[in-house]
Amino acid sequence: MSRIASVFSQSGRKALIPYITVGYPTIEATLKVVPLLAQNGADIVELGIPFSDPLADGVTIQRSSFHALKNGVSPQLCLDVAKKLREKVDIPLVFMTYYNPVFHYGLEPFCSACVGAGIDGLIIPDLPPQEGGSLEAIARKKDIDLIYLLAPTSTEERIKLVAERSRGFIYLVSVTGVTGARDRLPADWEVFVSRVKELVSQPLCVGFGISTPSQAKRVARLADGVIVGSRIIQLMESGDIQPVGEFIKGLREALD
Amino acid sequence: MIPDARGYFGDYGGQFVPETLMPVLDELTEAYTKAKDDKDFWRQFETLSRDFSGRPTPLYFARGLTQHGGGARIFLKREDLAHTGAHKINNALGQGLLAKKMGKRRIIAETGAGQHGVATAAVCAMLGLDCIVYMGEEDVRRQSLNVFRMRLMGAEVRPVSSGSRTLKDAINEAIRDWVTNPDTYYLLGSVVGPAPYPAMVRDFQSVIGREAKEQILAQEKRLPDYIVACVGGGSNAIGIFYPFLDDKDVKLVGVEAAGRGIESGQHAAPLMAGTVGVLHGTKSYILQDDSGQIRETHSVSAGLDYPGVGPEHSYLKDSRRAQYVAVTDDQALESFQLLCQTEGIVPALESAHAIYHAAQMAKSLDKEQIIIINLSGRGDKDMDIVAKELGVEL
Ligand SMILES: Cc1ncc(COP(=O)(O)O)c(C=O)c1O
Repeated sequence: MSRIASVFSQSGRKALIPYITVGYPTIEATLKVVPLLAQNGADIVELGIPFSDPLADGVTIQRSSFHALKNGVSPQLCLDVAKKLREKVDIPLVFMTYYNPVFHYGLEPFCSACVGAGIDGLIIPDLPPQEGGSLEAIARKKDIDLIYLLAPTSTEERIKLVAERSRGFIYLVSVTGVTGARDRLPADWEVFVSRVKELVSQPLCVGFGISTPSQAKRVARLADGVIVGSRIIQLMESGDIQPVGEFIKGLREALD
Repeated sequence: MIPDARGYFGDYGGQFVPETLMPVLDELTEAYTKAKDDKDFWRQFETLSRDFSGRPTPLYFARGLTQHGGGARIFLKREDLAHTGAHKINNALGQGLLAKKMGKRRIIAETGAGQHGVATAAVCAMLGLDCIVYMGEEDVRRQSLNVFRMRLMGAEVRPVSSGSRTLKDAINEAIRDWVTNPDTYYLLGSVVGPAPYPAMVRDFQSVIGREAKEQILAQEKRLPDYIVACVGGGSNAIGIFYPFLDDKDVKLVGVEAAGRGIESGQHAAPLMAGTVGVLHGTKSYILQDDSGQIRETHSVSAGLDYPGVGPEHSYLKDSRRAQYVAVTDDQALESFQLLCQTEGIVPALESAHAIYHAAQMAKSLDKEQIIIINLSGRGDKDMDIVAKELGVEL
């Protein structure tokens, strides 16, 4: 069983999956915050490799990506950081990035480097299953889970396609929109999650727009896990990671 | 078949977009496939191309420019005379009609030079559709006349302040809007982006090449030896190349923007100096750094200032059916003035890149040979930039 799959085999526990941009606001902050996330109840951490043109991201992650790139963060540096983090934490680490940096690194070399760095999975929002065949074949050989996404616009046919191809879990994008903290959950998120649930048996984690413990709690009643990104990036802006620890603790309590 | 069922031209193309948009692209592909076989749709396109856009545009023998070079005879395909001042109207009209057919009410578009934005604004005003245009702040500044034109025709222009604040960032922002509003119709302005855009935009633009072919056969009783067009995303170039692809003796030349020189790194020439990658949903040659980040570009002409290029051009480059070269800012400015003086025609700065290369080439060719330049647009929008570059105060 992959490290990610075993997260979802613990009965009753809902997975808490925070996202951070590597190198935002600094590399030191990334190295410190991931162990803090793990201590406070995160089950998986998404490490964002910044990309210059993050077209699925809202202003918060656009800004953190831009800032990280200015700090000189590259895929190679993210791999180095992941390797250091792997020595400090046991929970699964997943890279989230866009396809071009991976493609440019080379699919095979990138997956090999991920194995070397202790990375367990990949989330690539601009790589739908139709285009993911090559990366998928390599990732599977190296036991890296390629996690595909579904959105409220996904048809039944696409839900089945993603269910067949996604490994680890399926990432449900809660809104038709970009990433970003929102005051309210979208009106029809429950309809969407239920629709997917009826068709697939894999673990479902919901992300995009979840920013408070009470939202997380509501989502977890239907889903197997929640993904929280932009709110954490906002909390990290100052460079002080303590508020992030508190925030994660609050989310954990809401989920348990 | 090119492109294949997955939207690939050889190794290039595809659909690298967020899942939210995949069903939307499926819907668009289906609608376009149907429209393609719909005689009424094309009759409407042709009628409006004639009465609204002013087609066919002339194929004009450029006597002055030809004499200046003293070699090959040069003809200009006068897209500058099309309504709103550039070839962009062909695609805007085609997609506008398709959007209407699909029952869409809200149209979004991106623009660089503003020509695609103006064309889209005009078509939306004519068809009674809502129009929002994303434009980089830098381009809003350097093409302010076009911003005013769009607003006059009822479009909302949204300046984009992220990244390099040019065309690339306007496309990012338009895609973000589209992901948020999947019922909206995204009227993309060049042969870039995910399938079906590269093939669909090509089909609407190939009216240029079909006309040019008929016109040169009528005027000269033979096909040209060369066709030269500037390449930003590549829509005016594909538009004139496409109907000649099977005429193997016709040499096709695409001209990219070399900016301050390819060596300087400050250019917008992905086919000349780029590597294969994925940008804005399609696999093609792009300008990127060692870690796969998209590089900032530079060109004096906003319409060519883009780090990617249509996948079909990448295919034509690799297969050597077309040849690609690059022309600098200074060379483009030089030929901009040359055309003004020899022909009494003020070209767009984008088109001036093609003029420079064709004029150079003509010198070494003999007088029997024929070059057609796609004069993709007129230069009214560029007066401020050219005046500034020439040190003239307006
Ligand atoms: C007059 C003119 N020519 C050329 C271009 C470049 O676009 P494309 O390469 O798609 O023809 C533009 C784009 O704005 C333009 O306005």
